[in-house]
Amino acid sequence: MRQLLILLAFLATPLWAVEPSEMLDDPALEERARAVSQGLRCPVCQNESIDESNATLAKELRIVLRERIVAGDSDQEAVDYIVSRYGEFVLLRPDAQGANLILWLAAPALFLMALGVGWTVIRRRKPAEEGLTAEEKAELDEILRS
Amino acid sequence: MLSGFALQYDFPMITELGHYALILAFGVAIVQMIIPMVGAHRGNAGWMAMAVPAASVQFILVAGSFAALTWAFVTSDFSLRLVYANSHTDKPMIYKISGVWGNHEGSMLLWVLILALFGACAAWFGGGLPDRLRARVLAVQASISVAFYAFILFTSNPFLRLAVPPLNGRDLNPLLQDPGLAFHPPFLYLGYVGLSMAFSFAIAALIEGRVDAAWGRWVRPWTLAAWMFLTVGIALGSWWAYYELGWGGFWFWDPVENASFMPWLISAALLHSAIVVEKREALKSWTILLAILAFGFSLLGAFIVRSGVLTSVHAFANDPERGMLILIILAVFLGGALTLFAARAGAMEAKGVFSVVSRESALVLNNILLAVSAFVVFIGTIWPLVAEVLFGRTLSVGPPFFDAAFTPFMVALAIVLPLGSVIAWKRGTLERASKSLGMWLLLAVALAGLAFAIQSGKSALGPVGVALGVWVVGGALADLWMRSGREGWTVRLRRISRLPRADWGKATAHIGMGVTIFGIAAMLAWQKEDIRVADIGDRWEVGQFGFGLEDVERLQGPNYVTTLATMSVWQGDRQIATLKPEKRFYPVANMPTTEAAIRNGILRDIYVVIGDPQDAGGFAVRVYVKPFANWIWGGAILMALGGCFSLSDRRLRVGAAAAKRTNAVPAE
Repeated sequence: MRQLLILLAFLATPLWAVEPSEMLDDPALEERARAVSQGLRCPVCQNESIDESNATLAKELRIVLRERIVAGDSDQEAVDYIVSRYGEFVLLRPDAQGANLILWLAAPALFLMALGVGWTVIRRRKPAEEGLTAEEKAELDEILRS
Repeated sequence: MLSGFALQYDFPMITELGHYALILAFGVAIVQMIIPMVGAHRGNAGWMAMAVPAASVQFILVAGSFAALTWAFVTSDFSLRLVYANSHTDKPMIYKISGVWGNHEGSMLLWVLILALFGACAAWFGGGLPDRLRARVLAVQASISVAFYAFILFTSNPFLRLAVPPLNGRDLNPLLQDPGLAFHPPFLYLGYVGLSMAFSFAIAALIEGRVDAAWGRWVRPWTLAAWMFLTVGIALGSWWAYYELGWGGFWFWDPVENASFMPWLISAALLHSAIVVEKREALKSWTILLAILAFGFSLLGAFIVRSGVLTSVHAFANDPERGMLILIILAVFLGGALTLFAARAGAMEAKGVFSVVSRESALVLNNILLAVSAFVVFIGTIWPLVAEVLFGRTLSVGPPFFDAAFTPFMVALAIVLPLGSVIAWKRGTLERASKSLGMWLLLAVALAGLAFAIQSGKSALGPVGVALGVWVVGGALADLWMRSGREGWTVRLRRISRLPRADWGKATAHIGMGVTIFGIAAMLAWQKEDIRVADIGDRWEVGQFGFGLEDVERLQGPNYVTTLATMSVWQGDRQIATLKPEKRFYPVANMPTTEAAIRNGILRDIYVVIGDPQDAGGFAVRVYVKPFANWIWGGAILMALGGCFSLSDRRLRVGAAAAKRTNAVPAE
């Protein structure tokens, strides 16, 4: 099942990604462009960044992105430019704003809660340490009697 | 093929027998679900005893059914719709066979086959189990089977015929034919479905209202086996992605990958908490909950893969109706189990008490970290759905989120792992632990500093990976060393060699974890990439290696045309390799594919890809130098191997509980 899924999907869009002709001459700018494009989702693909995708739109976005960077945009401005056209759907790293705070904070909150619960449970159990409960005593007596 | 058709002609009934066997198995499973459960409730030994033969018969029937479907694929019986849609006479035999599970219907049949196999194993090797518990476990296992038999027979029947059998099948997909992928799904299914056994044990224990050390020992081998299979399955998929996709990525945080990763994380937690139940009779209700969740995540995975609710690179066979039915199965089993849990978990009194600094506490921390990391994967995977339904926002959650949100918990896990693994049960001291681990801590920090000094950038990823890797591996070695007493070298080494296999398993799996962490960090931090247009005869350097494009030929393959490049790899003046990457085009399927050429090495992989000819002349060429890439999968193999060692420990062998003699365990 999975093999088929993976294959068909990748066959439809073989990962070929950024092409030499698109790349900027300035290695520093190109490196920035690569990093930014890895965080942007190709709007017409299934869960691929524009850096990985072979789709025409992804290629166009890679070129637009590079144009913005060459024009002097900061990384954030370049991202904002593309988001303003395609919506937050293109962000592979969702903004930590509004409802997305749940996404970002739920796990750390759960972690702290679990630590708290674990700590109190382990601490609370400590005083009852030695000795047997009444039930266990009865059980033990029975075993000893038999 | 002729003989295939002749045989088919001789046994035209085989498909119908397979279909009939599946229906019979459905019936047997219904009986196995009800009679032993009622028997266990009433204390009727005869009714309870029914579970064992029923499990065997059910397995034999579904195995027969699976064999019949396999036969149809092997003989290319295109009167079966499934075979027509997924096979072709020209496929090599091994891929005809892997075609059985390379589709929705066949993979569901594999799913119930494994369900029945695990049930039958519990019946055959569960002689040491109390009769009542065994009856209930097998009944619960059968109830899962019943749900999936019904699902297969009513919505995904693999045995449907075509009125007019076509001359040949539709699928001649050459890329489907890859050994890495042929065996990736069965391993994953063995893992997913193996967790059903832990689930059945958990439900049976809840019904009994009793969990003790023996229960912990019985449930562990099943979980361990399932976890090992998941490890291998995930590693195979990741390795395939690495060599096949043309740029050396190995993990994409795609929903379908996450679907296999969540049960892996939860079952890893379950493995560890079951140890606490077995040794100390604590964490009982938590362990039960993990067992329920582990299988719950397996079902969730099945839902994600088959429903297409979440956009995935892998999603294509989207069928909302089937997805809905799996969701109902998920809701019934998970909902029922959790309700039962809520009603009964309070009865699970913990016996063992322990202080804050103890092995038990360390394992609690391990469980918290693993469970929370599974939760990160879970919320990241379903968030796009939640955000759209509840908040009307269409958004994506991709690798940058998971990298940022998941990694800290894994780093924390790696930091506490060695400490936890050497600390004493019940009440430990940090001094003893720090005495045995101090040297490794120093070494880890020193090597990380060295790595930072050597590397070119200022990134912390590589050095942190080095430190964690050395720390985790060193911790596992220190743990073994600590168990060998206080005598001289030779005595201690001899003792280590005689430690129980479970101890070896623990050390090996932990070493594997350290190796994988190091491999991932080192490869991501230090890989080099070069994309350029090269003409034949060009030379260039990437990192410490020189590359030359020697030749590019256009060749005709059996069913494709290929652009075959010959590239030389140089280290200084010495040529160390000749690599032949290809770009193929399959005209029938109208598909281009890249065939990367990889020079594997222990210290680095050299990975080259040839691309399209450029308008201005020359070819697009990509070169990657990926240090320590193989350590990622090497670590996974070690983890699975560690599982094997543990599984072979006589203490864990099902039915070995009665055996008196145990391996000598040095005093702790």
